[in-house]
Amino acid sequence: MYRLTIRTRAGNATTIAVALLILIGLALPAVAPRSAIQDLFFILTMLTLAQLWNLLAGYGGLISVGQQAFVGIGAYAMFAGVILLGWNPVVAILFGGLAAFLLAIPFAYLAFRLQGAYFAIGTWVLAEVTRLLVAQWKTLGGGTGTSLPREATSAILGTDTIRALFGVRDAAARDILAYWLALVLVVAVTGGIYWLLRSRLGLALAAVRDNVDAAGSVGVDTGRLKWAVFLIAAVATGLTGGLVFMQTARISPDAAFALTDWTAYVIFIVVIGGIGTIEGPVIGVLVLFALRAALADYGSWYLMTLGVLAIAVMLFAPKGLWGLISARTGLHLFPVRRRLTGPKIEGGN
Amino acid sequence: MIWLDTLVQGVLLGGLYALFAAGLSLVFGIMRLVNLAHGDLIVFAAYLILVGVTMLGLSPLVALIVAAPVMFGVGWLLQSLVLNRVLGKDILPPLLVTFGLSVTLQNGLLETFSADSRRIPAGTLEGASIDLGLVTVGVMPLLTFLSAVAVIVGLNALFYRTALGRAFRATSDDAVVAGLMGIEPKRVFAVATGLAMAVVTVAALYLGMRANFDPSIGPARLIYAFEAVIIGGLGSLWGTLAGGVIIGVAQTVGAAINPEWQILAGHIAFLVVLLVKPRGLFPRAVD
Repeated sequence: MYRLTIRTRAGNATTIAVALLILIGLALPAVAPRSAIQDLFFILTMLTLAQLWNLLAGYGGLISVGQQAFVGIGAYAMFAGVILLGWNPVVAILFGGLAAFLLAIPFAYLAFRLQGAYFAIGTWVLAEVTRLLVAQWKTLGGGTGTSLPREATSAILGTDTIRALFGVRDAAARDILAYWLALVLVVAVTGGIYWLLRSRLGLALAAVRDNVDAAGSVGVDTGRLKWAVFLIAAVATGLTGGLVFMQTARISPDAAFALTDWTAYVIFIVVIGGIGTIEGPVIGVLVLFALRAALADYGSWYLMTLGVLAIAVMLFAPKGLWGLISARTGLHLFPVRRRLTGPKIEGGN
Repeated sequence: MIWLDTLVQGVLLGGLYALFAAGLSLVFGIMRLVNLAHGDLIVFAAYLILVGVTMLGLSPLVALIVAAPVMFGVGWLLQSLVLNRVLGKDILPPLLVTFGLSVTLQNGLLETFSADSRRIPAGTLEGASIDLGLVTVGVMPLLTFLSAVAVIVGLNALFYRTALGRAFRATSDDAVVAGLMGIEPKRVFAVATGLAMAVVTVAALYLGMRANFDPSIGPARLIYAFEAVIIGGLGSLWGTLAGGVIIGVAQTVGAAINPEWQILAGHIAFLVVLLVKPRGLFPRAVD
């Protein structure tokens, strides 16, 4: 009996380890200081964005340099929900995802007219247009931006319970809530991508990535696939944007649509860690965080180091750090490949 | 009259964008490489000229003549040592490498020259203008436009009348077959990028003389350049000039209606062209 399987022993072990890590992560605010929670919030949200960009570029072949448009629109929609409609910020984050979805439709319609490298800069232009349009929105502060009103930030869903539970102040309770939401989001996004890649859609994606024409000839609808991937990534990026700016409680077009923060770092994370793998962004975000901690006092040296590191990785280890580890050990913690298993074939090798 | 004036200013501004774009267009036409660091390389060249003018006391023109070969060398080395290694069927590696280069260059300039905005002193040229009867134009914008035309005429002559140009076109059409005919594609690429960087130096001179610049403005220039290339159609240098003019006119018209709309109007013009003619107005090369 031969079977087609994706499961591996390492994969099963990873699933258990990840489940344990999530439980620890949920309980962490009980013991960890506020600064650690904030650092983890940074790591988790960047990891979410990196996994999404990796889905686009590493699996979908869509190299977008305009994902900051969805972070920004998600953040602004969240602010609009709170300030103009009086919603609770946590609910308004969902509104951010919806706004990103609505933006993604015309965005993709225009961007998909461009191929390859031109798609990359096209998305960048579209993100700039979005930023300039949002900067015209005077009720939300125009070019200078605005803050979440105090009554909204102190009454976020669930912060009362957290205050009582951990005996912390308002601002710290908001950080803990944001951290939990970030944890939920990163697990949902990574888990979702993992599931996606193991599903029929993932098989189609891999086929398109390897050879577009061949994939089309066996019946993969490449156009629809690109749309699906782009919309999924946009919605989740919008949710992340809403969450990030709920935590900072202050917004401006330059911050919400920052190319450096929401796309450059994200690209570096994926490239350094290893593009086209789920493990890569995890390693990449840890490298980014370590560099940030080490070079915090040196200003622009931080970004320069990242840039040089990314170039070096692309030149000498195009599959990133995880690619190096994986090639040496044959390890796949999140297996997505289909393998044939069964009794050894006689006479074969 | 005011509209005619706006139109003329827009056309002249388009010359600047065409200068930004000519190098990008050249490199893309030959090796299908989009250099995301193009804008930052323009800024880098502007600082190079600035150093020549302020520290060595050269006139801007002499500084340009000194800086252009240096930039040619930079381009040649960049292509030979880095970009040639990542060129291939997969467009991801060259994009990511040039993106890394863009960030590195920006922050390197920031570290060296600080975030202060600077300007290349142009002496009496700065405020000079000529009365052309119907409109009055600044000497500097006019010079920019004429330089753009001169650069494009020069590049076209190189492309269609020299052995090097024949090698460029052959490699652009089919690098493998060109290789069979005794052309070394990688060396051709290195020369092409060097040439693009020499053009970038000319663009940098005008960038620095016309307005203030600082290390962070590169990406915006890249966007204008890219829009001009796309509007014009891939591989057509005159198309690139037309594209630059369209962006320039859209920006000045937008600014005339509301100063906040200047940049936005340029981008919108680009998106409209993209909707109507996705391959640009005068496409020559097949992507």
